[in-house]
Amino acid sequence: MASPSTVPATPLLKDELDIVIPTIRNLDFLEMWRPFFEPYHLIIVQDGDPSKTIKVPEGFDYELYNRNDINRILGPKASCISFKDSACRCFGYMVSKKKYIFTIDDDCFVAKDPSGKEINALEQHIKNLLSPSTPNFFNTLYDPYREGADFVRGYPFSLREGVATAVSHGLWLNIPDYDAPTQLVKPRERNTRYVDAVLSIPKGTLFPMCGMNLAFNRELIGPAMYFGLMGDGQPVGRYDDMWAGWCMKVICDHMGWGVKTGLPYIWHSKASNPFVNLKKEYNGIFWQEELIPFFQSAVLPKECTTVQKCYLELAKQVKAKLSKVDSYFDKLADAMVTWIEAWDELNSTGKKPSGNAK
Amino acid sequence: MNQEDIKDSDIDIVIGALQPDLTSFLNEWRPVFSRFHLIIVKDPDLKEQLNIPEGFDHHVYTKPDIEKAVGASSTILFSGYSCRYFGYLVSKKKYIISIDDDCLPARDNEGNLVDPVAQHITNLTTPATPFFFNTLYDPFRDGADFVRGYPFSLRSGVTCALSCGLWLNLADYDAPTQALKPQQRNSQYVDLIMTVPARALLPVSGINIAFEREMVGPALFPALRLAREGKLRWETIEDIWSGMCAKVICDHLGLGVKTGLPYVWRSAKGDPIESLKKEWQGVKLMEEVVPFFQSVRLPRTATTTEDCVAEMAKSVRERLGSVDPVFNHAADAMLQWVKLWKSVGSGSSTPGGA
Repeated sequence: MASPSTVPATPLLKDELDIVIPTIRNLDFLEMWRPFFEPYHLIIVQDGDPSKTIKVPEGFDYELYNRNDINRILGPKASCISFKDSACRCFGYMVSKKKYIFTIDDDCFVAKDPSGKEINALEQHIKNLLSPSTPNFFNTLYDPYREGADFVRGYPFSLREGVATAVSHGLWLNIPDYDAPTQLVKPRERNTRYVDAVLSIPKGTLFPMCGMNLAFNRELIGPAMYFGLMGDGQPVGRYDDMWAGWCMKVICDHMGWGVKTGLPYIWHSKASNPFVNLKKEYNGIFWQEELIPFFQSAVLPKECTTVQKCYLELAKQVKAKLSKVDSYFDKLADAMVTWIEAWDELNSTGKKPSGNAK
Repeated sequence: MNQEDIKDSDIDIVIGALQPDLTSFLNEWRPVFSRFHLIIVKDPDLKEQLNIPEGFDHHVYTKPDIEKAVGASSTILFSGYSCRYFGYLVSKKKYIISIDDDCLPARDNEGNLVDPVAQHITNLTTPATPFFFNTLYDPFRDGADFVRGYPFSLRSGVTCALSCGLWLNLADYDAPTQALKPQQRNSQYVDLIMTVPARALLPVSGINIAFEREMVGPALFPALRLAREGKLRWETIEDIWSGMCAKVICDHLGLGVKTGLPYVWRSAKGDPIESLKKEWQGVKLMEEVVPFFQSVRLPRTATTTEDCVAEMAKSVRERLGSVDPVFNHAADAMLQWVKLWKSVGSGSSTPGGA
């Protein structure tokens, strides 16, 4: 009957996607990614000492923001952007003018699939974002839109169109994204298992979103991707992406959008110091016991019809219910509001802030 | 219970025989099955004698046995693929593994033969984690763990009561999909086991499953029979129905459901286009049931699986009975099943079993 189908090429989206990279050291890792990243515009958010010069490899089109730029562009609202923590990357989301964002850490390299072929992580993220998600009913053969897969018997036909995909969460081979206690107990464990699957995280289910290898539809969910207050002067670190992920998922569930996880894999090369991590995570480990029930039971009223409204409502609930956990959440709730104000300011006028662009 | 504590005698392998000649089927499975006790239930509508090769510790149940156990009027419950439920009813073991008679052992990506019994038992004897999604999937697998951000209080997990395996070659597609893509074969061996999150619904296929008999047995029943149900998988919906009930009940009781490995190799049989005429009712019914399952809530007073099934039957009758008479029949069958489970079923598996 049907001839073997030709798989349509994944569109590059080179004018619709920005790659956001936080860094404090250097961007040597980009050399390995060059074949895959060169067509794209990079937004580099330099954390740490702004007097240091970050060398960007030749041939990349980029804009670079350091702390001075962030302060200049946001003025007093810059207080919502973390300092001395990769959480500052969300500033890049805010200043981007593109429809899609891909963010990656500077210690993440190109991985190989089991056949030895180098994985174009960005291409897979684009595939994930451009095809629907299926959060309303679990498909046991995982992503039904993948080549060679489909919906299984019993999957309701009315749900087979799926919903728009807001976020694509990739994984990591080699150094796994463990917390400090697990790192201390299993310092040698490496993730060597290549799981050839993409799947939609069911509606109503929360997950730990890692910011190392992440892509999202900025036009849909951008305002919800605030990475919180971490790092210098803050009582917690390494919970930036977690916080964004919980807020994001509650909002996506409310708005009827999907979140995918699984492929693509990148190769995570650097194991951070578990003792340093433990100090950063310490409060988070206790706090998350309160945070999870909070997010699991968070309800957004019907009137929240935009992501900004959803996010401001969440900020209100954070202040009301989590301040008693620690006064940090009072500050965080305020910062969430500041973030939305800054987002709307930067994204309504169409004005492009000047970073150190090339 | 630890996997090390599980004995071969804790396990029954239940095979529903829809074809008379099980010789090649059982010979292919011999390396895996020969250690275990087999319960083979012959489809009461099958006229021919069963052909079973030597060397298996097995017990065969045919129509007269079924009639004797449940009465002639209830035998219809066990027709076709539903014959395997009779095996679940009469088993006395702690774990049941059930595989369709058109499935053979699969091979993994390294070419090794997959032992689905061992994998299902691993799934059932390691905790499930339905309350929070782990992005590295089953954290209890070798080489994996909980990721950063996974709440520590949820890391002990809950008992896994149901393990849903998958199929290489002919995947469990419905008739329209198979008719549209007759050449499509599932060749992707996905090295994944994961817990299906609480409140997420899924189609539980009866082709390759395993479960803790006492915990889940009462919730796996032959209740939703299509008017023109046939002898091909895509002419049935009974497993999908009972699987959704079982998932709701497991969620309510705090039990886990896993999906993924193990794979079996399923071979092609039948004409999907012919089946389209029969399966259409099933496809339409699924549209009615999804909103029901998404919103059904069981009362806190339902603390056993049997109680939960009775409550579900009540809800089915109240909310779906007027939609289609098949649901009233399903509710009746669910109650009948609970009655049979209590009277014919053996209750406790082994004394001192954990």
